[in-house]
Amino acid sequence: MAKADFQVPELKQYAEIPTIEPGVMAHSAPFKSKEEFQGALGFPGTLVDDWQPKAIAKMGDLLSRYRSLRVYMDSCVKCGSCTDKCHYYLGTKDPKNMPVGRQDLMRKVYRRYFTLAGRFFPKLVGAEDFTEEVLDDWYSYFHQCSQCRRCSVFCPYGIDTAEISMAAREIMDSIGVGQKYCNEIIGKVYKIGNNLGLPGPALADTLEGLEEDVFDDTGVEVKYPLDQEGAEILLVTPSADFFAEPHVDGLIGYGKVFHEAGVSWTLSTHASEAANFGMFIGSYENMRRVAMRIREAAIKLKVKRIVFGECGHAWRVAYSFLNTLAGPWDFLDPRYPVPQHICEFTYGLIQEGKLRFDKTQNDDMVLTYHDSCNVARASRMGDRPGGQFDIPRAIIRATCNHFYDMDEETIRDRTFCCGGGGGLLTDDLMEIRVKGAQPRVEALNNVMQEKGVTHMAAICAICKSQFTKVLPYYGMEMDQIVSVHQLVSNALVLTGQADDDEEDTVEDEAA
Amino acid sequence: MAIEVNGKTYETDEEGYLANINDWEPGVAEVMSKEDDLELTDEHWDIINFLREYYEEYQIAPAVRVLTKAVGKKMGKDKGNSKYLYGLFPYGPAKQACRYAGLPKPTGCV
Repeated sequence: MAKADFQVPELKQYAEIPTIEPGVMAHSAPFKSKEEFQGALGFPGTLVDDWQPKAIAKMGDLLSRYRSLRVYMDSCVKCGSCTDKCHYYLGTKDPKNMPVGRQDLMRKVYRRYFTLAGRFFPKLVGAEDFTEEVLDDWYSYFHQCSQCRRCSVFCPYGIDTAEISMAAREIMDSIGVGQKYCNEIIGKVYKIGNNLGLPGPALADTLEGLEEDVFDDTGVEVKYPLDQEGAEILLVTPSADFFAEPHVDGLIGYGKVFHEAGVSWTLSTHASEAANFGMFIGSYENMRRVAMRIREAAIKLKVKRIVFGECGHAWRVAYSFLNTLAGPWDFLDPRYPVPQHICEFTYGLIQEGKLRFDKTQNDDMVLTYHDSCNVARASRMGDRPGGQFDIPRAIIRATCNHFYDMDEETIRDRTFCCGGGGGLLTDDLMEIRVKGAQPRVEALNNVMQEKGVTHMAAICAICKSQFTKVLPYYGMEMDQIVSVHQLVSNALVLTGQADDDEEDTVEDEAA
Repeated sequence: MAIEVNGKTYETDEEGYLANINDWEPGVAEVMSKEDDLELTDEHWDIINFLREYYEEYQIAPAVRVLTKAVGKKMGKDKGNSKYLYGLFPYGPAKQACRYAGLPKPTGCV
């Protein structure tokens, strides 16, 4: 692990609300995007000359397009309810990381140019000119928000800081101030088809390797098909599932589940990415362009259903926006949800009794579950409210003998972000990532101490990568984070699996 | 940014990755590892060479599993895992070893 050149927060038994330390995170800002990355997304390459009037005009455009943004700007009464709810505030102590502090960075500019009082008596209403210093502050602190929406759960007016930070990033992009990490990645999706820039042959090679591994392991020929025309299901999954650990163990699990279900399925090189960073930068146009690739792939491959793999914000885009972004989906089979989450798919089979598990295969782990923010607070699963919380937990309980939840205040709709969401999962933001992870890691640490938990499962590629990197800063192991479908993969007994009979005997004896 | 290798100057990006993969020579890995206080052994070179070969064929760094499998085949099963790779490259095989090998940084949710 890399050595920290900053103070790693201490983990405590009870959550503490820290005393403010103004400006301690003012130095944190991600690398700026380059001309070559900006152009592909339709943004100016560098800061435009007359940036101030252009930025204000863009803000006016967004205020007229999104009524919600104007309501959020107008309705804050400074009640203080949100102040201790952001993981970045709790981890950094910087008051500009209080949700209201972050909102006020935009609110003061909004008041100056879009309200009567602010135009004539700016000082009386906390209105400020959009100066270069304010722009710098925007760049820094709107990239210390992971758009997790925890604060909005506690705001009596429902002000959604995520939407404000998306708008701020969109305004900055429109004047040529973009973030390298997000914008370079979106460009790769356009050029190659996924965030990583994995070309078709590399995907094929990787999937072939997985087929070999699963066969060596189980003696069953589980396929991981690519670009298979006429398959029933198109699986859209984050490209990290092909590339990283523990993500790939989840992908192996999806394939085993499809195999046992007896359905034909395929991945697509054209839509080899579930993630949609267009949302992180608040750009409707780019979000739509990324989403359209899924439509194009579904039509070309003539599939009947679309299933999404484990990716948090992808599921928000898929569940909440896919129909308006890339619909109508009238060519898909209407008997199934459009789209469906892999957890819904697996859970359905468990309900029907179609999957057989040997839970003891996961007995080397005591599990807890991390609710990923975009799944928890911006989507749903199944046909009941709260399904997005209950279904992944039901899968874990069906595949593992030992499961304990973390503190109620830190799970379900009150879950803490992993600290790396919303386009912050980049090495140049390691300090804010490590500090922002503190509330989640603290709750994890407590359940480790109290219940002997050893591993935490998640259904988001960003969460998995983030914990792999930040857990070691807190003295934990990188492999304590696992994929939910990795647990499924471990426990699932495939039909015709080599040691099938042996296990049957053991189970019979135990019974 | 730039690095000096055997009297030649090569351009790098903000994070120290070579701007142009064709600039690479073994000296690049030597200089970069020296800056990290890491001494390159034959085991490190096996990884670096594999990364370069894979990149040449597929225009991308290998997935972690592809890499660990190749290492396991060549150097024994006990070494075919991430722990072994992180032991060699503490900043991570994808990020540190790729940089030494002159490959672009893997981007995305990794």
